[in-house]
Formats: sequence, C-alpha cells, structure tokens
Amino acid sequence: MIYLTRRAEFSASHYYHNPDFSPEENRRIFGKCNNPHGHGHNYTLEVTVAGEVNPDTGMVLNITDLKKLLESEVLEAMDHKFLNKEVEAFARCIPTTENIAIEIWNRLAPKLTFGKLHRIRVYESPDLYVDYYGE
Amino acid sequence: MMVYLTRRYRFSASHRLHSDSLTPEENARIYGKCNNPYGHGHNYVLHVILAGPVDPATGMVFDLAALDSIVQKEALDRLDHTHLNLDVDIFRKVVPTTENLCIEIYKLLREKLAQAPQRGSARLKKVCLEETNSNYFEYEE
Repeated sequence: MIYLTRRAEFSASHYYHNPDFSPEENRRIFGKCNNPHGHGHNYTLEVTVAGEVNPDTGMVLNITDLKKLLESEVLEAMDHKFLNKEVEAFARCIPTTENIAIEIWNRLAPKLTFGKLHRIRVYESPDLYVDYYGE
Repeated sequence: MMVYLTRRYRFSASHRLHSDSLTPEENARIYGKCNNPYGHGHNYVLHVILAGPVDPATGMVFDLAALDSIVQKEALDRLDHTHLNLDVDIFRKVVPTTENLCIEIYKLLREKLAQAPQRGSARLKKVCLEETNSNYFEYEE
C-alpha cells in the first residue's frame, strides 16, 4: 500500500456560534471566535489517498485527477468564502477546523474513483491542525 | 467519529547528556559533544495530539483556550528557559534526552487534560517533540 498526499490551500472566513447557547455562553465558550462579523484563515488542506501502485503507470493515481477533484469539490465551494453563510453544511454545524475536515471528507470520499481516501488533514494555522480518518 | 487535533508550541532549554552510572570515558563516547559539562541548548517544538469525538454543540473536540492554559502551566512554565538537568526535578535523576523529555511531558499533561473542566471529551493521544529540524520523538501509551 502506498499513501499519496496532495496539498491545497484556501482562504476563508468563519465564526463560531451556537444558537442554542445564550449570548454569554457563546462568548465564554468561543471567545473572540464568536465575533459575528467573522474572521479569516489561510487553510492548508492535505488529502491522503491510499492505494496500490498501478504497474502500467507506476502511479497510485493520476495526480491531475485528484487536483481537479479538490478544485471542484472543495476549493470552489470554500475558497474566499464566508463558511457559515456560503457553505450549506455549515448552516447546520459550526465551521470549526474539526467540522471542516469532516465536511471535506464527506465531499471527497464518494467522488474518489481511484484509491481509497485515507486521511483529511486541515491546518487552520501552522500551529493547529486536525486529522480525520472517516471513522 | 474520532477527530485528532494537533496544537504546536515552542520552548527553549539547555541540557547536558550525562549518566552517573557510566564512566567519564563512556559518557564521552556515548553522548559525544552533548556530554559537554556546561550544557547546550535547543529550540524545542512540542506537538500535543488529542483524540476524541466532536461535541455537536460546539463543533470542537477540546476547548483550545483550556488546552493552551494547561500546556502553558504544566509544561512550558516548567521547561522554558531552564537548564533541564539543574532546574527540573525529574532530570536530576533521569538523563534529559529528548526521548525522556517527551515521556515526561506526556505524563505532565495526561491527567490534567483528562480532568480539565471543559465540554469536549478528547484525551491526550500522543506527544511529539522536535529537538532540531532533523530529529523528533513521539510517545504514546
């Protein structure tokens, strides 16, 4: 088994707010991330696909196919967007780095026709990242 | 649904690799220039990895402010800008290799993170410690 990782970057804004919490609870739990105007990050996404090396091509997958899939399924939806307002999934759950990783998994896993999606890693900053393995 | 969260911190400290159970010649041979009696320093990079389910109410596995506060108090305040052999009790008896430092940080954090008064239920999964850009160590139980 070989693991191939492709990196992509996107920039987006978000804020953390739960309508079931009181304004005070929202401020206490989420701190400055609760600012309703949002704030932004340069996210780095790493998508790892596991598979066998195709003996004809020497490759697990054609990296161009993966790049196109990341572009159409993730970057078009999230790059330069206000995640809470412009990505439907985040109308129902808070766009934390944890939930962004899960959402990206859910978008890519059913569309991947080559190899098997192994891991989604999302860096919110160089000092904070989340890994999700789909289970 | 398990999510793994990694937060990165930095601290600087000096140490000397020397074991009282070895002869001076053995210490010099095994530890090389790290055996210099005056010690030497590193900029360490600490990765703290937590694992847990996402709290549906907050979208988070662990409160980052609580994590920062615990790591600051339990690890960074004890270790940053110290001479590990002289200023940190455990390393009076244990050689402060990065292996042992990694294990010690894991022990310092594990219970405090488990007892943290915050919503998430994530637990400490692993500690990774970079001594330089060229070598790092990982510890998990």
